[in-house]
Amino acid sequence: MADAQPTIRYTQRAGKAVVEVAGAWTVFSLRDIRKTAEKALRAAGTGKAKRIVDAKGVQRLDTAGALEILTLAGGPDSQIETGDKAHADLFKVVQDNMCEARPERPPSWLAHWLEEIGRNTVHLYEQGVNLSSFFGEILVTFLEACLHPKRFRISAVVRQMYEVWIRALVIVGVLCFLIGVVIAYQGVQQLRQFGAETFTVEAVGIGMFRELGVLLTAIIVAGRSGSAFTAQIGTMQVNQEVDAMRTIGLNPIEWLVMPRISALIISMPLLAFWGDMTGLLGGAVACTVYLDFTLVQFFERLRDTVGPWHFYTGMIKAPVFGAVIAIIGCFEGLQVRGSAESVGQLTTKSVVESIFCVIVLDAIFSVIFLLAGV
Amino acid sequence: MAEAQAQTKEKPPQPKLLEGGQLADHRDGREVVLRLRGVRTQFGDNIIHNNLDFDVFRGEIVGLVGGSGTGKSVLLRTIIGLNRHTKGTIEVLGVDTAGLHGKAERELQARTGVQFQDGALFSSLSVTENIIVPIREHVGLEEQLMRDIAALKVAMVGLPPDTGDKKPSELSGGMRKRASLARALALDPELLFLDEPTAGLDPIGAAHYDELVKGLSRNLGLTVLMVTHDLDSLYAICDRIAVLLDKRVVVGTMDELLAYDHPWVREYFHGPRGRAAARQE
Repeated sequence: MADAQPTIRYTQRAGKAVVEVAGAWTVFSLRDIRKTAEKALRAAGTGKAKRIVDAKGVQRLDTAGALEILTLAGGPDSQIETGDKAHADLFKVVQDNMCEARPERPPSWLAHWLEEIGRNTVHLYEQGVNLSSFFGEILVTFLEACLHPKRFRISAVVRQMYEVWIRALVIVGVLCFLIGVVIAYQGVQQLRQFGAETFTVEAVGIGMFRELGVLLTAIIVAGRSGSAFTAQIGTMQVNQEVDAMRTIGLNPIEWLVMPRISALIISMPLLAFWGDMTGLLGGAVACTVYLDFTLVQFFERLRDTVGPWHFYTGMIKAPVFGAVIAIIGCFEGLQVRGSAESVGQLTTKSVVESIFCVIVLDAIFSVIFLLAGV
Repeated sequence: MAEAQAQTKEKPPQPKLLEGGQLADHRDGREVVLRLRGVRTQFGDNIIHNNLDFDVFRGEIVGLVGGSGTGKSVLLRTIIGLNRHTKGTIEVLGVDTAGLHGKAERELQARTGVQFQDGALFSSLSVTENIIVPIREHVGLEEQLMRDIAALKVAMVGLPPDTGDKKPSELSGGMRKRASLARALALDPELLFLDEPTAGLDPIGAAHYDELVKGLSRNLGLTVLMVTHDLDSLYAICDRIAVLLDKRVVVGTMDELLAYDHPWVREYFHGPRGRAAARQE
C-alpha cells in the first residue's frame, strides 16, 4: 500500500507542549518511527513531557498507529485533537485499552536458567512417581487377570501381535540379513590376516545370537511399535477416549496397556529368532561368496562350534526388552495432556527412552551372563 | 454434462433474488468488499455450491447460516482461499482471488483476518508471539513496538494483561477464541472472517463476545462475515443474514428472512429456539 509517510513534530502552542502528527499512521508505515520521533524530539530541543496531540493532519489511522501516537505523546491520557469522528473513536478504543496493556520483559538468563532447573527437577520427580505407580497398576491388573484369565483380552493381544510381529517381519528380516552379510565380510577381511578366516562362522553366529539379532530387533521394534503405542494412546488421550473408557467402567490398563505389553512380550522372542535366522543366512551367503564355503559347510561348522547357550542368552533378553519397550510406550502415551503437540513430543521421548533402556539393560545382562559363566 | 444436470435439478419456485443473492437491496451505495458471482465448489462429483452469488458491503456484520452439510465452512474456506472454486469469480476487497499469488496474495492476506473455530493458535508460541507473527511477517517493526501492539490487542479483545505470556494450552476455550481474534486483528484488517465464534461458550461469554465483535466492527470500521449457529448472535449483532439454501445463498435482514417462505428457513427462525431468541430482543 502506497501511503504517505507518518510525520511528527514537537512544538509549543500557547505555552503548552504540542505534538503534531500527520500522514498515514498504520501498522504498515510504522517502521523506524521511533527513530524518526527521537530525531524530531531532538530537533525541537524539548524534553519528554505530557503533550497535547494534534492529529488533524492524519490521513489514515489504525490501532497500531493510534497506540504509537499516544505512546510518543506521553501516555494514554493525552488530550487528542482530531477532526475525524472515526479517528476519535479509534483513539478512544486505544486509550481505553492501553491502560491495561503492559509490555512484558523477557526474564534474565539466570532466572530463566534456575527456573529451567527447578522445572526439570520437579518434572523428573513426578515422572518417577508416575512411572512407579503405573508399574504398580500394571502388576495389580496382571495379578487380577491371572485370577480371571478372561481379562487377558486374547483378541486384542492377537490384533496387536499382528501389528508388532507379522508386519515387522520384512523389515527385521532384511536388516538382520544385511548386518549378517556385513559382519561376515568384515570377519573374513580381518581374520584372513591370521589365516583364521573360517572363524568368521563363529563371529557371525555368536554375534548374531548373543547381541546383534536381539538388539537390532529391539531397536526396530522401539522405533515402529513403541512409538505407535505412544501415538495411539496419546491420540486417544487427546480425544478424551481414555476418560470415556474410565467413565464406562473399562480399565484403560486392562484394555489398552496389557494387550500391548503381552503382545510385545510374546512377539519379541519370535522376532528376535527370525532376526537371528535371517542374520545367519546373510552371514552364510556372504561366506559362500568370500570363503568358497558351501551353505552346508557353514551350518555344519556353526553346529559344531557355537553352543546353544549363545542362542539362549539372546532369547532370554528378548521378552524383557519387549516388556520395557511396551511399558515405556504405553506410559508415555498416557502422559499426553491436552494438545496434539504433546503427542509428538512424547512419541519422540518414548522412542529415545526405550532405546536407551534397552541398551542399558543389555549391558546389565552381559554382566549377569558373565558372572553366570554362560 | 454435469452442469446441465445440476441446472435441471435446481428448483425454481423461489422469489427472484436481487444482485448478490439479496432479498431486498441494502447496498446504499456502500463499497462491496466481498463479491461472489456464479461460484461453484465441488469435491469430486459432489457439488457443494452452484451458481452462488453473494455480496457483503463495507462496515456490516453478516451471519452465515445453513443446515449441516450445506457447506458453510466450505464456503468460508473457499472465500479465504483454502479451497479452490471450480467456476465463477470471488472478489475480496476488489481483488479476484483466482490465480492470486506472490505479492498481491500477501497484500490481500494482510487486509483480511480469520478466526478459526478452535482458535488455531500456534501451540508452541505464547499468545503475544502468536499476535506478533503476522506483524513480523508482513511489516517487521521494532520488537518492543510489536509487543506494545500485541498487548493492546490482548486488552482490546478483553483478555487480562498476563494472558500474553501464556501458551494456548494454558487457556480456556473462550480465552483461546479471544486470543485468536486478537491475532486476526493484528494488522487491523478491513475484513474479518469468524468461524463459529461463539460455539462452545457459555451464554454470558457468548453475549460478551457478541458485544466485542460489534464494538470492534463499529469502532474500527470492520466488515465481519461470521459462520454461526447462535441465534442470539444473529439477532444481537448481525446486520444481515446469509442462508445457504439449495447450493446458493439467500441474504436478507432478520425481518425479511422471517417473512421468507422456505421450509428450512421457517423451521430455523420460527422453531422454539428461534422464537426464544426473538423474544429476548
